[in-house]
Amino acid sequence: MTPLLDVRGVTKRFRGLTAVDTVSLTVTEGEIFAVIGPNGAGKTTLFNMIAGAMTPDAGTVTFAGTRADGLPPHELCRRGLARTFQIVRPFPELTVLENATIGAMMRAPDMEAARTKAGEVLRQLDLWDRREAKAKSLTLPDRKRLECARALATGPRLLLLDEVMAGLRPTEVDRIVAILREINRSGVTILLIEHVMRATMALAGRIHVLHHGATIAEGTPEEVTRHPKVLESYLGAEAL
Amino acid sequence: MNPFATLARLVDEAPRRALLLLAAFLAVLLVAPVVLDRYLLSVFFLIFWFATVGQAWNIMMGFCGQLSLGHALYVGLGGYIGALLWVKFGISPAIAIVPAILVAMAFGAVIGWLGFRFGIEGVYFALLTIAFAEVARIGFDNWSFVGGAAGFFIPVSAAASPVNLRGGPMLFYYVALAMMIIAFILCAALRRSRLGHAWLAVREDAEAARALGIDVFRAKMAAVVISAAMTAVAGVVYAFYQNNLFPSQTFDIARSIEMILAPIIGGLGTLFGPILGAFILTPLGQTLIALVEKIAGRAIPGVNLVFYGAALMVIIWFTPNGVWPWLKKKLGIPEGRE
Repeated sequence: MTPLLDVRGVTKRFRGLTAVDTVSLTVTEGEIFAVIGPNGAGKTTLFNMIAGAMTPDAGTVTFAGTRADGLPPHELCRRGLARTFQIVRPFPELTVLENATIGAMMRAPDMEAARTKAGEVLRQLDLWDRREAKAKSLTLPDRKRLECARALATGPRLLLLDEVMAGLRPTEVDRIVAILREINRSGVTILLIEHVMRATMALAGRIHVLHHGATIAEGTPEEVTRHPKVLESYLGAEAL
Repeated sequence: MNPFATLARLVDEAPRRALLLLAAFLAVLLVAPVVLDRYLLSVFFLIFWFATVGQAWNIMMGFCGQLSLGHALYVGLGGYIGALLWVKFGISPAIAIVPAILVAMAFGAVIGWLGFRFGIEGVYFALLTIAFAEVARIGFDNWSFVGGAAGFFIPVSAAASPVNLRGGPMLFYYVALAMMIIAFILCAALRRSRLGHAWLAVREDAEAARALGIDVFRAKMAAVVISAAMTAVAGVVYAFYQNNLFPSQTFDIARSIEMILAPIIGGLGTLFGPILGAFILTPLGQTLIALVEKIAGRAIPGVNLVFYGAALMVIIWFTPNGVWPWLKKKLGIPEGRE
């Protein structure tokens, strides 16, 4: 197995606060990898460094064999790394189809091909029926799936998902879990940052646990949930 | 991007009824000069002209979300280059259009680079565009080679010569009509292109656009440069229509403002908006100027701007997105299409 994403000792400080402290992780091609941790654990900061929105103060990010830290987001997207935003950012005045088409046009030879690709992705994410609606008129679950659709339309090798399940009802979570499995089966590696434990456990092959910006455990869902440090700091008294 | 293929597709996709209506409208405009007198020809010239520059400005603001309040700069640059080359060197405006476009693009690129490279956004970017137009005004005011503040004049010749833009109102009517049609087709093609979609993405959310592989800086630069080029062409035509150029008028911010009203009233980011806006505003403004002249016995400068302001308020009050989106709904055209 070749590592698709290799994060080596990345650190990010905001003034005095170390948000992410020498974190290392490796995502293998084809897997679903999750990063979890309580609020303020540094998940989103780590995510932003991988996605190119922030540059690490120390450490390196290697994507598909080449250095990726410090590259602008659009360059990373061209290399096959697509992201979603925790607070969804659809293009509100454009239709659902246009939203997805803009994602698809990067790798499409022409706009017709981009629209076709966008249509495929919208079907995959159960949004085809809403294709003519303006993005601003969608409900939150639909917007979350549009966010995924748009990222997926760029034809990524690695899909970075920032809390796509947060704020969704359990039935909606189940729906998106099924969709993500399907996407993964089609050959897209997924790195997700999550808060929703149940879904993460069901979905991820390996889980990386952050607490106060530092790694406290990594392993399969079973290993992680049995890890004493995880029980203590993340799940807390409730789990004990 | 093949313009003919795009045109064919546009015709192909548009509803039959709308096409017939559009064809009839064009046919009327083509034969209208038969019945129009000199005054009305000049009013129509202004309508077509404002529709053209409105279309150009709309690329920046309506498509890409970048506010320019200094588009008079490109009109002036185009005008001065066309006039200078003709008067001083005898170069036809048909050829002078090329350097006019190139110089305007260069200025657009400098403004864009300064703004977008250093993250100057929104109103601050708009201020930058105003500053450039003002600097140009002061520069031309003091540049004696082009007449300075006293103005620069293109001699009126008796012999009509359409290639050299020498002729009566009829000639300018058709030149401006052609310009408006070409600008429309160009914008329609751009709107559907990859670049057009990148602009819309940047306008809606630059950060999200970046995450989808769009080079935001390049997209914005393309918008400024293309918009500047189109405006410069209109500038050359306007200079030859007026036969004179005064820096204080040519580069005035009032001119810049006047240029952006049609697309705002017609509907930002739409293809028909700038045309519709020009057809609403210009005749109203001209009527008002004539009326004031009749009542007051003399022209009161700026009265049409006051009127435009009032019209803008009323129209925005009733149709906040512009007249075209409202009309489109009334005509039963689906929201996702033009």
